[in-house]
This record gives sequence, C-alpha cells and structure tokens, in this order.
Amino acid sequence: MMNKLIFGRFIPGGSFIHKMDPRCKLLVSFYFIGIIFLANNWQSYLFMFLFTIACIALSKVNLDFFIKGVRPLLWLILFTVALQILFTRGGNVFFEWGIISITQYGVVNGAFIFCRFVLIIFMSTLLTLTTPPLDLSDAIEYLLRPLKVFHFPVHEVSLMLSIALRFVPTLMDETERIMNAQRARGVDFGEGNLIQKMKAVVPILIPLFVSSFNRAEELATAMEARGYQGGEGRTKYRVLYWHKSDTGAILVFVVVTFALILLRT
Amino acid sequence: MTIIIDLEHISYKYQSIDEQSALKDISFSIEKGDWVAIIGHNGSGKSTLAKTINGLLLPENGKVKVGEYLLDEKNVWTIRQMVGMVFQNPDNQFVGSTVEDDVAFGLENQGIPREEMVERVHSALEKVKMSEFAKREPARLSGGQKQRVAIAGIVALRPDIIILDEATSMLDPQGRKEVLATIQELKKKENLTVISITHDIDEAANANRILVMKEGELIHDGTPQTIFSYGQELTALGLDVPFPEKLKSALKKRGVEVPKEYMTEEGMVEWLWTSSLKK
Repeated sequence: MMNKLIFGRFIPGGSFIHKMDPRCKLLVSFYFIGIIFLANNWQSYLFMFLFTIACIALSKVNLDFFIKGVRPLLWLILFTVALQILFTRGGNVFFEWGIISITQYGVVNGAFIFCRFVLIIFMSTLLTLTTPPLDLSDAIEYLLRPLKVFHFPVHEVSLMLSIALRFVPTLMDETERIMNAQRARGVDFGEGNLIQKMKAVVPILIPLFVSSFNRAEELATAMEARGYQGGEGRTKYRVLYWHKSDTGAILVFVVVTFALILLRT
Repeated sequence: MTIIIDLEHISYKYQSIDEQSALKDISFSIEKGDWVAIIGHNGSGKSTLAKTINGLLLPENGKVKVGEYLLDEKNVWTIRQMVGMVFQNPDNQFVGSTVEDDVAFGLENQGIPREEMVERVHSALEKVKMSEFAKREPARLSGGQKQRVAIAGIVALRPDIIILDEATSMLDPQGRKEVLATIQELKKKENLTVISITHDIDEAANANRILVMKEGELIHDGTPQTIFSYGQELTALGLDVPFPEKLKSALKKRGVEVPKEYMTEEGMVEWLWTSSLKK
C-alpha cells in the first residue's frame, strides 16, 4: 500500500535533470504549473505533453514511475473531470436531466482538465524523483528567505520539512510493522465495505501516532544535546551551486511560454 | 588525576509522576579518562542521572560541575559542547538526511565555518570507519552503523566526555560489538571520559568503575571485580550475572573451590586449566 505512493521518492541518477540546481527545478516546476493554464486548445496541450515527455526522457527515469504517481490521485482527477462534464454548459447538448447536462463544452473541458492534472503530476513527480528531498528543502529555505522580512520562520519551516522527509521511510517501516502486528491479531485490511476499511485503519493510526510523539520527544532531546538552539548563528553544511545550465533551463521555459502564447487561441 | 565531573547532593523529581524522587541525594565525581558504567533496574534513575550531567534536566537540588564550569543556564551550552550523548534508539537521534549531514548537524549548531566543517566531518567519519557511507541515507544503514554515525557526530564536536545512554540496547550482538569497539578505540586515541548506562553486563565489564543505582539512590560504587562478586544481589537488581560468575556459582555448588574476584571469560579459562595443577 505504502510503496505505491512514490511522491517524494528520490531515484538516484546522473542525468542532466538530476544535476540541475534544486532551486532552479523548484522554480521552473511552479512556473510550469502556472503556464499550463495558458494552454486552451489541442495544439497547445499536445505541445505541453511533448515537452513534458522530453523532460522525462532527459531524466532517464522509467516512465512507469510517473504513471504510478498518477494512480493514487486518479479518483480525485476523475471526480473533478466528472464535475466538469456534468455541470458545464454550452455547445451541442448530448444529454440533459435536471441541472445535469452533458454538453460538448463540458466534455472538452473535462478532457483538458484531465490533461492538466496529468501534466502537473508528471512534472512534480519529475521534480521529486530527480531531486533528493533534502536538496528540495534547501531550495525551499533559500527561496523563502525574502519572507524573513515579515518574521516568517524560514529556518524552522525548512528544518521541519527536512525532518519530516527524513522520517518518511522510518514511519513507513513502522506502519508496515504495526500492520503486520495487527494482522497477526486477526485484523483484515483488505475486506469489507468502505466503512469497515476505514475502521481497520484506526488500529494502525493510533499506535503510529503514539510512537511518532515518542520519537518527536526523543529527537528533540537528541537535538538539544547536540547544541541546537534555533536558527540564530547557525552555519550550513549543505551548499547549492547554480550552474550555467540552470540559467539555460530557465531560458528554455521562457521559449516554451512564447510558443504556448502563439499556439493558444 | 583531574576530576572532570563532580556531582554534589543531586536530587530530581519528575513533575508528572508524584511518586518518589527519581534521584535522591546523589554525590560522586568522575576522573578524566575514566570509563564509568552506571547499571540498575528500569526506572532506577540512571538515565535521569545522565541527563542531569549535560543539563537536559536541571536538578532540583545540588550542584553539577563539568570541567571548571558549574552547570547553570549560562554555561549549559558550553557544557553540552563538552559532553556528547548517544541515545538508545538509533533512528530517533538521526537528524540529517544522510550520514554526513547528520555528522555536520552539531557543527552547524555551533556556527563553524563550512571549510572546517567539511574537514571535521570527514575525519570524524574516518574515526568510526564510516567514510564509505558518507552519502547514505539512514534507512539504508544497520542499527550499529547508525549508532557509529551518532558517535561520529559527537566526535566531530571534540568533546571531553561521551555518555552512552543505553546506546547498545537496541542493537544486535554484531552491532553491539562494533559500537563498543569504536568507543574503546576512540577513548584511547582522544583521551575521552566515557560514561555508559547499560543493562548489558559485558558493556559494564569494559568499565574501570561501576555505579549501581536502585530507586534513585546510588547503592554501590566500585570496580567491576568487586561489583560482580556480589553475585546473587545483582540478579535481584535485574541484572544478568556474567557467564563466568554463573559458572563459578555452579562449580561452588558441586563443592569446587573458586576464586572470589571477578574474571573475564579468558581469565576463567586460564584459571580452569591451571586449577588442578595448583592443588
């Protein structure tokens, strides 16, 4: 169950995408989510699809990982698409019943939204697959730095993020262990209707919460014992290097933006 | 010898538990370069005692002195710099996402410039023989390796004292051996003072002094030889008696005369094969 969630699962590699500065990757990923809303016809969506596939090819990560990344969110996507199809009006009417109507515009909009979702997931999966989580949190810390002016706790947020990421595998192992322990006591996780399935999650969540709180306390003690007193006066071991290729990547995105503007109607 | 840790009439009480005090009027001092083991039952106050040494817990009464510093709010960070602590659960003290990041964590806290940090991280990892794992994530390390990384994180800070708070209790026998061997070697090279809180009698046997705690009180203080010769009393305290001691009492039951002082396994073998000659 847990292994299907590949969000935040870094796959080591030496490709161009892997070597990019995480700050650059983070910036262009967000930028990508922004410009995807510029696309409004088949040509522009096709162009974005090809561009995304090119990026994936460049990363040399197997396409399967990306498709697996879409799967956990499939229901959310289908729900949104269904809403679009059922409640958007305009163009030829295929079917009508009360406030529900399936129209040409609805179907087209639904298809676009589906593409938009898939592309955004592909791009963000690409970011998390090719960037070690810690690099990502370094990038976030760096990019949030200007917010310090408004007394935003940049260092704390970044530390929280990196610790959360560091404990993902640990907590996954723990979940596995708790599930096995409950299975040994006769709990069946796969059976029953939705409510029964949800009830079966409770005996996993409670021990997981309890142990997480214990872990948090021990970790806090360990950090204090090693002289942690907050972000003031701390130096950084990890440094980020901005290469020429990162500037290049940004230029590519500028070109893509112009191409999109030309392609949209 | 110079005294490096000096505790005077320490008492401590947990606020949430309104039973008896966790520590009752404890006084002792530790000399530089010593290896002191603190043993006792669960809840005997041994971990609490360790935490008062580096100011993780502030005692209600009494004075703690580390080096020439008296533990108070002003000196607590200096003292923590001098006293490194390895905890029980290898996972719950691993802050960094990779081995080298974790070793650097303490250095970052002290605001050490990056060039020096890199150098100190590498030499610390070399000392615990974990250099080849520098880029690894904790999930891909064994318990013993994680504890060695924790030790490297402390060594990088160049402390005078290292406290092992049941640091080997969650490890398999192999990991336990690795960690103890690392500590022994470091102690020799860096002239460290080691305090190990433990259930493991073999770890305690490494020490040159053992403190026995019971219900917040210090009940015995002596060399391993004297402490282990208490035999039955140790079992009553929930400590396993070392194998040579068990052998001795079994021999005694059969009417064989055995020496009184503690022996290591090798010593016991030595004694056994020479014993009939001496008669």
